[in-house]
Amino acid sequence: MTMEITNTIVQVLPRFEGYVYPNEATVQPLWGVLIVVYPYVTGLVAGAFIMASLVRVFNVKALEPVYRLSLLTAFAFLLCAPLPLLFHLGHPERCFEIMITPHLSSPMAVFGFVYAWYLMAVLLLELWFDYRCDFVEWARTQTGFRGLIYRLFTVGVTDVSEPALRLDAKLSQVISIVGIPSAFLLHGYVGFIFGSVKANPWWGNVLMPIIFILSAIVSGIALCAFNYLVLGWVRRTELNMRCLDVMGMFLFYALVVDAAIEALDWGHRVYEAGESFQILQYLATEKLFYTLRVGQALLGTAVPLILLGLLQLFRTRFAEIVRKRIYFASAVLILVGVLAMRWNVVIGGQLFSKSLRGFMSHKMEFAGTEGWLMAGALMVLPFVLLAVMINLFLSTKLRTCKRETTGPLPA
Amino acid sequence: MKTRISRRRLLRTTALAAAGVLGATLARTVKAAVQKLAVSSAGPKGYEPTKHKWLMVIDVNRCIGCGLCVEACKKENHVPQGPNYFRTWIERYIIKKPKPGSTRGEVLVDSPNGGMNGFPPATVPKEEILHSLYVPKLCNLCSHSPCVQSCPVGATFDAPDGAVLIDPKYCIGCGFCIQTCPYGCRFLNPITRTAEKCSLCYHRITRGLKPACVEVCPGQARIFGDLKNPVPNDPIQKFFATNRVQSLKPYLGTGPRMRYAGLDEEVR
Repeated sequence: MTMEITNTIVQVLPRFEGYVYPNEATVQPLWGVLIVVYPYVTGLVAGAFIMASLVRVFNVKALEPVYRLSLLTAFAFLLCAPLPLLFHLGHPERCFEIMITPHLSSPMAVFGFVYAWYLMAVLLLELWFDYRCDFVEWARTQTGFRGLIYRLFTVGVTDVSEPALRLDAKLSQVISIVGIPSAFLLHGYVGFIFGSVKANPWWGNVLMPIIFILSAIVSGIALCAFNYLVLGWVRRTELNMRCLDVMGMFLFYALVVDAAIEALDWGHRVYEAGESFQILQYLATEKLFYTLRVGQALLGTAVPLILLGLLQLFRTRFAEIVRKRIYFASAVLILVGVLAMRWNVVIGGQLFSKSLRGFMSHKMEFAGTEGWLMAGALMVLPFVLLAVMINLFLSTKLRTCKRETTGPLPA
Repeated sequence: MKTRISRRRLLRTTALAAAGVLGATLARTVKAAVQKLAVSSAGPKGYEPTKHKWLMVIDVNRCIGCGLCVEACKKENHVPQGPNYFRTWIERYIIKKPKPGSTRGEVLVDSPNGGMNGFPPATVPKEEILHSLYVPKLCNLCSHSPCVQSCPVGATFDAPDGAVLIDPKYCIGCGFCIQTCPYGCRFLNPITRTAEKCSLCYHRITRGLKPACVEVCPGQARIFGDLKNPVPNDPIQKFFATNRVQSLKPYLGTGPRMRYAGLDEEVR
């Protein structure tokens, strides 16, 4: 507060407080809501994949019913992940330069490679090996457009003999194992983009990639739980409570670790109290009050921690319907909380001047590239894609290959 | 067995395609590196960038805050009008007398329209002012530029003659360099949709002229010269010989080559 009083500016436009460098005094921050959506979506991808790998790599059998749903969720969101970045560019038509002439000292240049690796070498391959047997079966039994799609997806490989399927399962597991560090890389590098900006004390922090990865895992598990619950309600099928409980357990422990690391970050900043501390303190307590204290800390972390923690302690005392509602509420709160966290990082980092003497303000427009409408559309799009994928690949009308390791949706 | 070979073939084809993309990437990177060398030496015929090392230094004591430099820069470089597009700007620092018992008084900083139209009279009574100073700001010509490091396509680069340049035909407009510049020296040009900053008037200095801001500065606060080709009674050499100098935010390790004489600790 002292800084606010002492640095009153002589002549200033009404939306700025204190002194900001003239080039920073823009109406909209340079990185707007699209750059909020981008790390949010990639985080959901990484988290959903980690969720799926719990089944394949860590052999958590209870999560088998959501294995395919998690993979498809990761896939649908991954397909949409580059869109906010693309729309945000000043010259989207030059976007391929980032892949064909990358400047390797830039963390952003790694995007193309990480994305391509994750999409082509991890997710697509894992999905294909997992679904191969089913594709062969469905290609044979289904007709019309649906049948054509399944035939295309077999890519002409129709061997479903026992050794071939064993090989599929083995390869699938290998890809899963490779996929875990890849998922960490996918989201860790997003955190690194922010964490490496030493010019901005709100971003430049060695813990940033770790915080991003942990919050990604939390949001991914929450999204899978949300999707599983919604799908069960839409299809009016019985949900596998054991699966939900185990998901709730992983969600709780992931949230504990995430909250602990974020608290460590805060504790470190407060104790160190460096040059930028005053301005960051004002940012956190005043400028980001609703999104940080209310959205991220209270609703997105504290409330779900209490709710899920209660279920860990007294699970048997809650009826199934109550547990489902608690899981649903926690998942939604966590999803909102992680979105708020991305907002606080991206927008928060552009609300104060690098002169450390003043603040900019941000008011989102409705239409336009960085508006509510665009952000909403980019958040809805992956769910639309996922609905199509669920219809195609998780249809209750389709018989799946009888294999121990994979299973259809709710029993 | 036939189908297993088919799968193997599929994997092999995929691997080959991936190798093809990587190969193309490598080739384009090499080509871009060569192009970049050509760009950085793209001064007029006969200009040899490796034979110069340009530098601008600022004597804060000489700046009167007239704003001519800002205006000249805008005109010379077609910088968009508007209060938030500047390749160079001037800040005014008014440091009030400390209250009894404290070491520092209030600090008031402003830069209305980048100082282009001069500054309005201070609202602080004269007798309350301890010091006041005008500080011209521009690209700090870092030797470890975070903007160059962070540009994902290499559109921003260090020229061998000391200028940090942007290739507007190559910039994708991602804004990462703007975020990583600690001095707020960059902006996204709303017309070209590319990043922009001071180029030391590269089109002028490579033809033996001074940057526009240096040319018009009535107080000679901006001093420009070639470190590799000092002239008799060289102003830059004289500046270093007669002043104790400072750079901005040296603790960030960006190695700014720009130097200031007469700065105050309040200037960031």
